[in-house]
Amino acid sequence: MAQSKARHPTEDPVWAKAVIIGLMLAFLGLVLILPLAAVFAEALRKGLGPALAAISNPDALAAVKLTLITAGIAVPFNAVFGLCAAWAIAKHEFPGKPLLITLIDLPFSVSPVVAGLIYVLVFGLQGWFGERLIDHDIKIIFAVPGIVLATIFVTFPFIARELIPLMQEQGVAEEEAAVSMGASGLYTFWRVTAPNVRWGLLYGVLLCNARAMGEFGAVSVVSGHIRGLTNTMPLHVEILYNEYDFVAAFAVAALLCLLAIVTLVLKGLLEIAQPDVKRGGGH
Amino acid sequence: MTAETISAPRHRPFRRPLFRRRSAIPGFGLTLGVTLTILSLIVLIPLSAVAIKASALSPSEFVAAAFSERAVAAYRLTFGAAFVAAVINGVFGVLTTWALVRYEFPGKAVVNALVDLPFALPTAVAGIALATLYAPNGWVGQYLTPLGIKAAYNPIGVTIALIFIGLPFVVRTLEPVMRDLSADVEEAAASLGAGRFDTILRVILPALGPAWLTGFALAFARGVGEYGSVIFIAGNMPYKSEIAPLLIIIQLEQFEYANAAAIALVMLAVSFLMLLIINAVQAWARRFS
Amino acid sequence: MTISIRSVEKKFGRYPALNSVDLEIADGELVALLGPSGSGKTTLLRTIAGLEFPDAGQVLFEGQDVTFASAAARRVGFVFQQYALFKHMTVARNIAFGLDVRKGRDKPSKAEIKTRVEDLLKLVELEGLGGRYPSQLSGGQRQRVALSRALAVQPSVLLLDEPFGALDATVRKSLRKELRRVHDATGVTTIFVTHDQEEALELADRVAILNAGRIEQIGTPHEVHDHPATPFVCGFVGEANRFEGTVSGGRFTAGPVVLPAPGAADGPAIAFVRPHDLVLDAAGFAAKVDRVVIQGPLANVDARLPDGRRIEVCAARDDAASFTGEVTLSARRTHVFAA
Repeated sequence: MAQSKARHPTEDPVWAKAVIIGLMLAFLGLVLILPLAAVFAEALRKGLGPALAAISNPDALAAVKLTLITAGIAVPFNAVFGLCAAWAIAKHEFPGKPLLITLIDLPFSVSPVVAGLIYVLVFGLQGWFGERLIDHDIKIIFAVPGIVLATIFVTFPFIARELIPLMQEQGVAEEEAAVSMGASGLYTFWRVTAPNVRWGLLYGVLLCNARAMGEFGAVSVVSGHIRGLTNTMPLHVEILYNEYDFVAAFAVAALLCLLAIVTLVLKGLLEIAQPDVKRGGGH
Repeated sequence: MTAETISAPRHRPFRRPLFRRRSAIPGFGLTLGVTLTILSLIVLIPLSAVAIKASALSPSEFVAAAFSERAVAAYRLTFGAAFVAAVINGVFGVLTTWALVRYEFPGKAVVNALVDLPFALPTAVAGIALATLYAPNGWVGQYLTPLGIKAAYNPIGVTIALIFIGLPFVVRTLEPVMRDLSADVEEAAASLGAGRFDTILRVILPALGPAWLTGFALAFARGVGEYGSVIFIAGNMPYKSEIAPLLIIIQLEQFEYANAAAIALVMLAVSFLMLLIINAVQAWARRFS
Repeated sequence: MTISIRSVEKKFGRYPALNSVDLEIADGELVALLGPSGSGKTTLLRTIAGLEFPDAGQVLFEGQDVTFASAAARRVGFVFQQYALFKHMTVARNIAFGLDVRKGRDKPSKAEIKTRVEDLLKLVELEGLGGRYPSQLSGGQRQRVALSRALAVQPSVLLLDEPFGALDATVRKSLRKELRRVHDATGVTTIFVTHDQEEALELADRVAILNAGRIEQIGTPHEVHDHPATPFVCGFVGEANRFEGTVSGGRFTAGPVVLPAPGAADGPAIAFVRPHDLVLDAAGFAAKVDRVVIQGPLANVDARLPDGRRIEVCAARDDAASFTGEVTLSARRTHVFAA
């Protein structure tokens, strides 16, 4: 092609582009797109009726409810923690800051199964507080509190690591200006800092929520898998799948897929509207 | 000029604070206190339980639990599959990132969003979907069976699940670095007479090195700990296709808490090692920026 | 408001930012803190503001110890280097912020705040822009908003950190005059930090010159320029040719250069000569002219001494023709410091 001779030195030839894009699409197709399609196809294998029936089954609804409760506690908890940590780390100087950031990131490097295990070791029957908890008739492991704790652990760094670099980049001048004009700490936070970080916070909440609702390994260890009581949606999917009730399993899975798709769409829109939010976070 | 309609606020006596002020911005003590308290209660103290529980074992008991033949086989599978998956993601991750950063093509926004699917999709859902696809009678598996390839219920299945889980780590770590690679460096290389292939090999890829290594390490670390997406496609045969996290759960179900803690301690040690390596790579990378 | 800084010390890690600094500022003064980057001038300003707190020493406002009082309690108006305007608030809300945060009896009514904001916008010549957002303003306009926001609380002292640093040259000049005008109109004690000597000398009543965390000299622009107290001040304020040599019997000698040094003690010394203090003189030392550059009414001459060192001479433009080839020069005035 005559045109390709005149192409810019940093631009790849058309054939190279075609090969790279082709390889990418083939790879992403096999790894990402086909699984997503498979979930919906398997869910609708016997038509819409059985799929809807599986979702409206009382056990499934109980799982949805527990998932919502879990995320409803874990996400705000981690948001408060993230805001506290980011305020301390990004707006002040103190020794040991890098260590603190590493420790906050720690749950990302811990296997979800280990995350569940540690709470079993602390609160389980043979754990540190096991007997004392039985004496007071408090159930944490194989109960909702354990599920919430394990979920908090695995989603712990999401919001903090979104907010810390954002707030560090914004510096302290606006807060200093507000304080020097007589604003209190809380007033400064709400009126000056919060408007500057709200989109970053939302971005972190979005990712945190997706993981909180979808967490499997950690929750699986502490849940006890009691139908209708301690089953979250992902655990319910597992039970149905292991019982060879594939249509029901994939129907509930499809619901979780929709959650993931909504999350990705919102995330994409946020990145377009507020490019600042896209930072090292998200793992 | 300025009408003095507003009086200055009442005079307040300056009090000496109880302790020496360090920062003009308030809330440091409170927020750091809350941060450290929550961090200790949720993360540090429970994590220490693993070490404390494992220390209840004698050294020989610990070795027997943490390095039994079955456990070693599980580590070999876990680390091996995570490594292979990270390598494959390393290759296709660079291609994907390159296409997303450099090219325009229809559906690019969708592809870009889709790369984050493993972050957003519950791992159990990914697990059953991949198992269904790659099972011998599945959409993909049915074409592999005649070729004599079994892609599910064996280590290959584990690797496929870990490829799914690790992909976004490589792409999202490479992406900002590739975006920041300024065109003028390439133009400079081209103006000095380097061919396109030379430019890519000698200018672009070396510049991506640290980010690639970080992304690789992140994908590997995530793969080592992964559970949900793997167990459905792994087959879970002891000594053959049983991953280390599953072994922890099996020990727990048998109420062998100390044994579970011993295996967990080995995995935690590997996690910390990976964390150190990632931090070192990033510190090294900062020297170039 | 009089301000006294007494033996203030401040370290960042191991790096000393302020090293036993003493400074007295009179009521209604306009003082510049001038120094190179890293000299501690911004740290000193922030210590006066209550944004940094010293490791040792005292800060007094009207004789009262405010060393550890908050910025708000000191009632300072602070203009930040990058202005630190609140991006999500309009210009009017930005200016009103310091009044909005007041509580109870101290809080002015909405109407009072509105009038006050309008007065301030008029003062900085930004009438009608109260409804804009900071992103819709030019750099110079933002600077004026920052200034009026700081003035809105009727501060006892106005502090400005490199107020013109982020602006281009022409805007700088006009805003400089503006700050002087606002200072004269309000009479508020004002301290500003700058690394630009021209800015400091033109604007300030007195200039404090900082170097490595110490105040080298404080005085009127005329004093620091014509009677520098230390070699650093002499080299930093205004142009100067620097010579290292020895003093003997009231004469300074450095190679071929001989300069008058009346009253200077014998021994090794450093001498400074301003370019405009060098004049053609048949009895002076020899130099060879390399280049003459005409700048408005002045002729800047680059010359070389016989030993190869370069010197600069500044003459009237009309005398430019005299600077050709070999010339002989002498100094009308020198500043000699014992080395």
